[in-house]
Amino acid sequence: MFLRPAIRRYARVWAPVALLLVLVLVGCAKDYPQTTLAPKGDFARLVDHIFMTTVWWALGVFILVEGALVYAIVKFRHKPGAAEPAQTHGNTTLEIVWTIIPAAILALIAVPTVRAIFRTAQEPGAEALQVEVIGHQWWWEFRYPDLKIVTAGDLHVPMGQTVNLRMTTADVVHSFWIPQFAGKRDVFPRRFNNIWFKADTTGVFSGQCAEFCGVEHGRMAFRVVSDSPEEFAAWTASQQSGSPMINGGNMTDSAIAIAIKAANHDTSAAVDSVLARGKAVFLAGGCIGCHAMEGTPMAGMMQLVGPNLSHVGSRHTIAAGTLPMTDENLAAWLHNPDSVKPGVLMKLPRPLTDDEVSALVAYLKLHK
Amino acid sequence: MEIETATGLDTRKVAIWTFIGSECLFFATLISTYLVYRGRSLVGPFPHEEWTSPTGQHFEPILEIKLVTIGTALLLFSSLFVVLALYGAQKGKRGMMLGWLGATIMCGIFFISMQVYEFTHFVHEGLKLSTNLFGASFFTLTGFHGTHVTIGVIWLTTVFILALRGKLPPEKALNLELAALYWHFVDVVWIVIFPVVYLMK
Amino acid sequence: MATTALDHAPAHHAEKTGLWSWITTVDHKRIGILYGATAFAFFLIGGIEALLIRIQLAQPDQKFVSPETYNQLFTMHGTTMIFLAVMPLSAMFFNYLIPLMIGARDVAFPRLNAMSYWVFLFGGLVLNSSWLFHSAPDSGWFGYANLTEKQYSPGANVDFWIVGLQILGIASLAAAVNFFVTIVQLRAKGMRLMRMPIFVWMSFITQVLLLLAFPVITVALVMLLMDRQFGTHFFIPAGGGDPILWQHLFWVFGHPEVYILILPAFGVVSEVLPVFSRKPLFGYAAMVFSGCFIAFLGFGVWSHHMFATGMGPFADTFFSLVTMLIAVPTGVKIFNWIGTIWGGQLHFKTPMLFALAFVAMFIIGGLSGVMHASPPADLQQTDTYFVVAHFHYVMFGGSIFALTAGAYYWYPKMFGKMLDEGLGKLHFWLMLIGFNVTFFPMHFVGLNGMPRRVYTYPAELNFGFWNLIETFGAFTLGLSFLVFIVNVYKTWRSDAKAPADPWNGATLEWAIPSPPPEFNFAELPVVVGRDPLWELKRQRGGMLPEPPFHSGQGIHMPSPSYWPIVTALGIAVFFCGFLVGFPYVNIAGVLLTFLGIYSWAFEPA
Repeated sequence: MFLRPAIRRYARVWAPVALLLVLVLVGCAKDYPQTTLAPKGDFARLVDHIFMTTVWWALGVFILVEGALVYAIVKFRHKPGAAEPAQTHGNTTLEIVWTIIPAAILALIAVPTVRAIFRTAQEPGAEALQVEVIGHQWWWEFRYPDLKIVTAGDLHVPMGQTVNLRMTTADVVHSFWIPQFAGKRDVFPRRFNNIWFKADTTGVFSGQCAEFCGVEHGRMAFRVVSDSPEEFAAWTASQQSGSPMINGGNMTDSAIAIAIKAANHDTSAAVDSVLARGKAVFLAGGCIGCHAMEGTPMAGMMQLVGPNLSHVGSRHTIAAGTLPMTDENLAAWLHNPDSVKPGVLMKLPRPLTDDEVSALVAYLKLHK
Repeated sequence: MEIETATGLDTRKVAIWTFIGSECLFFATLISTYLVYRGRSLVGPFPHEEWTSPTGQHFEPILEIKLVTIGTALLLFSSLFVVLALYGAQKGKRGMMLGWLGATIMCGIFFISMQVYEFTHFVHEGLKLSTNLFGASFFTLTGFHGTHVTIGVIWLTTVFILALRGKLPPEKALNLELAALYWHFVDVVWIVIFPVVYLMK
Repeated sequence: MATTALDHAPAHHAEKTGLWSWITTVDHKRIGILYGATAFAFFLIGGIEALLIRIQLAQPDQKFVSPETYNQLFTMHGTTMIFLAVMPLSAMFFNYLIPLMIGARDVAFPRLNAMSYWVFLFGGLVLNSSWLFHSAPDSGWFGYANLTEKQYSPGANVDFWIVGLQILGIASLAAAVNFFVTIVQLRAKGMRLMRMPIFVWMSFITQVLLLLAFPVITVALVMLLMDRQFGTHFFIPAGGGDPILWQHLFWVFGHPEVYILILPAFGVVSEVLPVFSRKPLFGYAAMVFSGCFIAFLGFGVWSHHMFATGMGPFADTFFSLVTMLIAVPTGVKIFNWIGTIWGGQLHFKTPMLFALAFVAMFIIGGLSGVMHASPPADLQQTDTYFVVAHFHYVMFGGSIFALTAGAYYWYPKMFGKMLDEGLGKLHFWLMLIGFNVTFFPMHFVGLNGMPRRVYTYPAELNFGFWNLIETFGAFTLGLSFLVFIVNVYKTWRSDAKAPADPWNGATLEWAIPSPPPEFNFAELPVVVGRDPLWELKRQRGGMLPEPPFHSGQGIHMPSPSYWPIVTALGIAVFFCGFLVGFPYVNIAGVLLTFLGIYSWAFEPA
């Protein structure tokens, strides 16, 4: 087939445009687990609404102004032999018009913006679930003062109930970002900030630190787990076992064993031996220096450097969203944290043997 | 070489004014920081209040307002003195110029000495840069002002030596005027700092 | 003709060559070239840093560089591009053009001008020397406390950043005083303020911003340095200090800094568009006043960088509304640029292409700016790649496109040779395509959840596709500047001379030879209107003849001096004392500075 020259020229111009369109479509068709464009809560919906309002206005302005520019470039290109153009110096009426029109458009954006500012600044009602969020280099801690739960990495919230996050940091400035439910809020030492949201779907969603906070800022993620009310109640009950906020974390080994067997639906004696062996390694390997763990002398500690591990087996990721919680990943992490997350503050006092690592992996995974 | 300027003003004078404009923001930032941290020190000694440390050590309010008032007054007078010296320089009255310029420099030196005494006294009393926010913001603010006074004194002394060697005839009085402008600015800044730090409780 | 007799007279000011003549030069044109060459070298370094960043991010979970190195790369990329590339490239134009455009023989203080350059050079070298010690700054160009405090950044990285920025601040302030006074004082007869070329106007406003913004960062850096080295607690919460104060002080400087980077670009484009449209700038007065208004408002919007800190609804509302208000004078500028080309005869020479692309790209950057002027929307956008896209559309699509337009436009004036049009156009198209391929997808990536300043991202977030495309774009951009270098090299080798007025220019610099003699104007011009050269040509009914040779006999020019570089060295040594932690170095620096200043003050001009 021979294309006519005009078509060929046409194709030469439009081929890159078509390619670009295909690229955009391919790019947009992907699923972005951390997108801000698919809000799943009231706060994020409010924000999205404001954003989309500005986007439509901006798109209109963009088409008009760039259109005028391109039109002028094409229309007024130099033609040989043309006379000198009229030497206009300006036009006061035009100046006034193109001052007032943008100002009016901005006023139309400003009104809903201000309304949204005050709406988002409102305090949530008393029925809101209170959660304390604490930033650490480089992981997130979550405390539920009313439910007496201390956890990290996974923020469980009940769908349909407003959650009020009261946020601070243990070290440097971070920013807590949950794209699908709310925006970001910076956290400052010795200061509390808050943000609230109500999830309207269940599921697991990603979020991460958005303020540069040092070497591993790029690996300071977390998951928001939006549970149905029943799931949330079950999660609450299991997490309360051994909590440092209940009875100072004091629980007998046998009580812990019963709870763990129930959580894992496994009542075999093998569980007891894994627990005993794991605890021994946990103490001997030096884990105890930085981590609170039920059944150990540090079970009640709330100010340690590392996250509380009493229910680590129930979390979706390890090392703050770096790796999914699997046996292999956990083993790799315990062998050499620095190879998984270079610069991480977790320093092993001594390298662990393969045997110790597998004992710990089994032990930690049981702590659901 | 004299260049006719677009404004008719002397170019060096415009430069000094421009520089002073920029310096205003420098001191505004320092003073703002002092004000932001006023009363937010976690431990004493405090500027205007007594303080007893957890270990039972007692601290009186640390500022010595009387001494600093004298220094302030002398610095203010020195602004007048430098005007008189400039008048002498412009009219070719050598004695008047040298005398008042000398007096200005002496006031400046007294002010610096007062500040050196004040700083050593504070350190002796237990207020250092690192003690609390008051120490940090006070020493930084007044220290930078003191540095400016010192540079002013060096500049005025240079002009004084020139004058002494007969190199400041009336047509070159501008050399003194530039230093005088800077000196006035340094005084004016102190007129803001003094009430903010010493009088406001 | 009276001038023909002079043609054969020996040049009074024979152009001296050799290294020493450059070290001791006080000629604003030579200093301008020094600024340009140095800034371009730093621009290439910053560009290489950007390419390394793009390689690392091309695919998820890459280990091309370590997290430490990555953090140093993005910190130095930002710091270099802002302080060592765009600002001094603008300074090149200030230096070279302001005296020529206002009809002066030099700046108000030629030696201070030389000192500014040397201080800038030393500052840039100190900052970049940190690479040799594996201690390049690694806490971002914004250096947020308390991460930058000793406890969390124990190395010398942050000290290099503080010391480098302080030295560069001195250079900027000294230059700002100089150019401010030059514009106020040395305008030719008849050049009233409202007859100044618009580039001079925008430069003038920039100097005011520099004078008012830099003292603030100077104080903030002093306090951070004292926290790190003298035990104060300005930004340490344990001692009662407040990291938020750092953010306020930084952005009180940082936002006007944005206008310091863009206003000279506005000026360049406002010169280029009329010349290649054969039509005067549309709405001169509106351009001047909108520039002033932008600068004024620029000091009232700093907290829009801090919406996520939770300032409360009233502060949010104030800063949001003022930020939106800035869009109005900015819009006025864009409309006036379109008004300028409207009805003209557009000649698409390379400078014009870059200037038109500037307008097109800046519109995009401006519109995304309005999107995060809204605090609730900004809670999603801040610290994501959406913001990275936005400010590259204003800083690269804006400043760099405009400065490149200026480089092609004034190159013949500066070096007496024309850059190649073919290579220029290749440079343009590669840069335009590379730029958009690099930065446009960042809008999507940011909105889809990719934060800034992350050294990698997990595969499951699906950012890999766009990031790979961005990396291709970045290399296209790099290639475009390779073409530019080839162009400069080719021109440098050629013998073809450029005429005094190759573009049919409107401003005074085109009335004198290319390159201009040391004294610029044999006879100081008298100005009667806004586009003095066009008026002259219209009166004559055609192009002006090549200006006659003038030996410069009887024109007094300031003599060269090495004291500016000595003083600059003293200033650099003083600040480096804080790096080595050895007070004697500081004292030596102070003494050297005083030696320089005194010798310079008592040296015959």
